[in-house]
Amino acid sequence: MKRRLFWDIFFKKALEGAAWVSVLTLAGIFLMLLINSVRAFETISFAQFFSGTAWNPAAYGEATYGIGAMLFSTFLVTLGAMLIAVPLGIGTAAFLSEIASPRVRNILKPAIEMLAAVPSVVIGFLGIVLVAPALAKLFNLPHGLNALNGAILLAVMALPTLISVMEDAIHAVPKSYKEASYALGANRWETLVRVTLPSCTSGILVAIMLGLGRALGETMTVLMATGNAAAMPHGFFDSVRTITATVAIEMGEVPFRTPHYYSLFACALILFLITLLVNVAAERIAAGYRRKGQ
Amino acid sequence: MKRKIIQMLGLALMITATLLVVAILGVVLFDLSSKGAPSISWAFLTQSPKHGMTEGGILPAIFGTTAVTLLSTLLAMPLGIGCAVYLHEYAPDNTFSRLIRASIRNLAGVPSIVYGLFGVAIFVQFFGMGASVLAAGCTLGLLTLPSIITTTEEALRNVPRLTREGALALGATKWETIRTVVLPSAVPGILTGVILALSRGAGETAPILFTGVAFYTRYLPGSVMDEFMALPYHLYILSTQHHAIEQVRPLAYATALTLIGLVFMLNLTAFWVRAKYQHGKD
Repeated sequence: MKRRLFWDIFFKKALEGAAWVSVLTLAGIFLMLLINSVRAFETISFAQFFSGTAWNPAAYGEATYGIGAMLFSTFLVTLGAMLIAVPLGIGTAAFLSEIASPRVRNILKPAIEMLAAVPSVVIGFLGIVLVAPALAKLFNLPHGLNALNGAILLAVMALPTLISVMEDAIHAVPKSYKEASYALGANRWETLVRVTLPSCTSGILVAIMLGLGRALGETMTVLMATGNAAAMPHGFFDSVRTITATVAIEMGEVPFRTPHYYSLFACALILFLITLLVNVAAERIAAGYRRKGQ
Repeated sequence: MKRKIIQMLGLALMITATLLVVAILGVVLFDLSSKGAPSISWAFLTQSPKHGMTEGGILPAIFGTTAVTLLSTLLAMPLGIGCAVYLHEYAPDNTFSRLIRASIRNLAGVPSIVYGLFGVAIFVQFFGMGASVLAAGCTLGLLTLPSIITTTEEALRNVPRLTREGALALGATKWETIRTVVLPSAVPGILTGVILALSRGAGETAPILFTGVAFYTRYLPGSVMDEFMALPYHLYILSTQHHAIEQVRPLAYATALTLIGLVFMLNLTAFWVRAKYQHGKD
């Protein structure tokens, strides 16, 4: 009996230990980024890092560390991705949840899950071999490796998340709302647009936030398909280089423990904080409507 | 009448959106298989790259991806399942358990490149593993941890409460109940999650970029301390960093097809396990 009780307590403690790992990892990631970033700011001035737009750490003369152009590029590509993915996502989610028969849904949902499983490097590859030539031809550009290409690919990557979260949100709208609308003589489209979708706006917002978080942090696709020009872009047809791509390109080549090395951690810290903010915001909205629902 | 037309247009819009999304998957599969399949042969799958990667196969990349992904899952499984069991079976709803849940949700949103940096700072340098299978496996393991925890907890939630109480009533301790009753009936759900984590890990590039993947290795890794080649990284090299990009395009297509074949096979296995399990429950 004593031995059984010993194991009972032993495993309780061991499992509790396993639960700590996720807390420690998140804290560890944050601290690791913070400590290395602090070292970056021993040599790089805060003002230059945040207000400068030129990122040229390997310059022969004076190295410059301005995050402006990268930050703007990241937002440009992400914004483009959302402009493409959100309408498509809402349309698909509404179709799946309100129109499609169970049989059609049972075919479409695994297909969308499969789309989510396509590795980012494969999407990036298709950006080079399919999307880039198409864009170049369509808009008469010398090459199609630009912000628009990245936006299209990120939209593809964000779509499965968007659709599945949006579909859950639309599905959760009480049936009585729709029935009331039908009883007043509204047809299915009117009910969807005036009743169902407006009553799950916060759920749709959560989906958009989660998709946004995914798109902001995506590395390989943008690294491969956006042309990697470190200059400030003027529009969707310019080549861009996002924060993630910069870290991916330069981390492999930079000598350890130099200002350049530490500056990449500072870039990653900015990225980490932005995605954390987006995710926490999504969580707050979700918690808000869960409370309201009860 | 006007209302009817608007309804038809709205419906058409929704169907167009859905078809577009499905078409994306169709295009991905069609393009990769039509252009990749001709270059895939037994030799391609079982040889090393030759002549500066312009000929030969991708065996080291297949081996490396398999080794690192398996290692990462072996590391993440006990931690992930343990954490989920603690959260679902033991943890009271207090500040600590809410902290754990918040950490898991936020970890799931951390960009994969940030995991890569964490891997460099912690595993490669701090623990002195160097760029190796082990360092990359640990990094990927942490990345897949949140999804293993979430799916395991979901599986545990599906185990009826009465089964637990039956075991407890027979005098089993809490741990004995979990080990002999709860976990066995959650196995299919946990397995689904673990296979999906394998599939995700096999396709990730950014986390292994600086933690152990190599452009080219002459030999297969002999131990977990060696560098390795990996399918996603090999595809990245062939499509952007190679000196003769146009010439190796067929090899890049074949590599992409192999990678997506591996990932889809894992996902289909997971779907199959899930379907069988759901069927068994009815």
